[in-house]
Amino acid sequence: MDSFDLNSSEKAEASELQRMIAVEQQKAQFQAQVHNFTDVCWDKCVDSPGSKLDSRTETCLVNCVERFIDTTLTITNRFTQMVQKGAH
Amino acid sequence: MEGYGSDFSAGGAGGKMDTGTIMEQVKVQIAVANAQELLQRMTDKCFKKCIGKPGSCLDNSEQKCIAMCMDRYMDCWNTVSRAYNSRLQKERSRI
Repeated sequence: MDSFDLNSSEKAEASELQRMIAVEQQKAQFQAQVHNFTDVCWDKCVDSPGSKLDSRTETCLVNCVERFIDTTLTITNRFTQMVQKGAH
Repeated sequence: MEGYGSDFSAGGAGGKMDTGTIMEQVKVQIAVANAQELLQRMTDKCFKKCIGKPGSCLDNSEQKCIAMCMDRYMDCWNTVSRAYNSRLQKERSRI
């Protein structure tokens, strides 16, 4: 594909396509992250799968996601500080 | 992913593929990948939960457990998705 010979309307179409693909990529990334969280939080919150997700499990799942994100942020911040100080 | 490459080269060689067709294919491929991911992880989790000692076949109670486990795993996925989404929105509004 020689993308250099595109006329202006084709260029506009290409950049529009690029933008739309970026949006889909972001959605895919979100879903991939949900898969990871579900994996971790299933192990933490679900003992034996019942006939319905009870409210306790539901609360546990929400807290699990929130605290996992908090943990990620805390570790990232602390690690950044460690690197900046030059301490290993 | 080889899927993306082959689609675009097909568009370049023959007639032009319009944006709508390409986006349709991108969306389908992402949906398939998502379903495969879910299937794989769900199988892993439900095997661990339901099959204590693998016998000569899946017995009735194991099959019931698997069905229940699948439903709960998907509930779980949806709850996690909502929680993550609302956290993202909260973080965005802070900036």
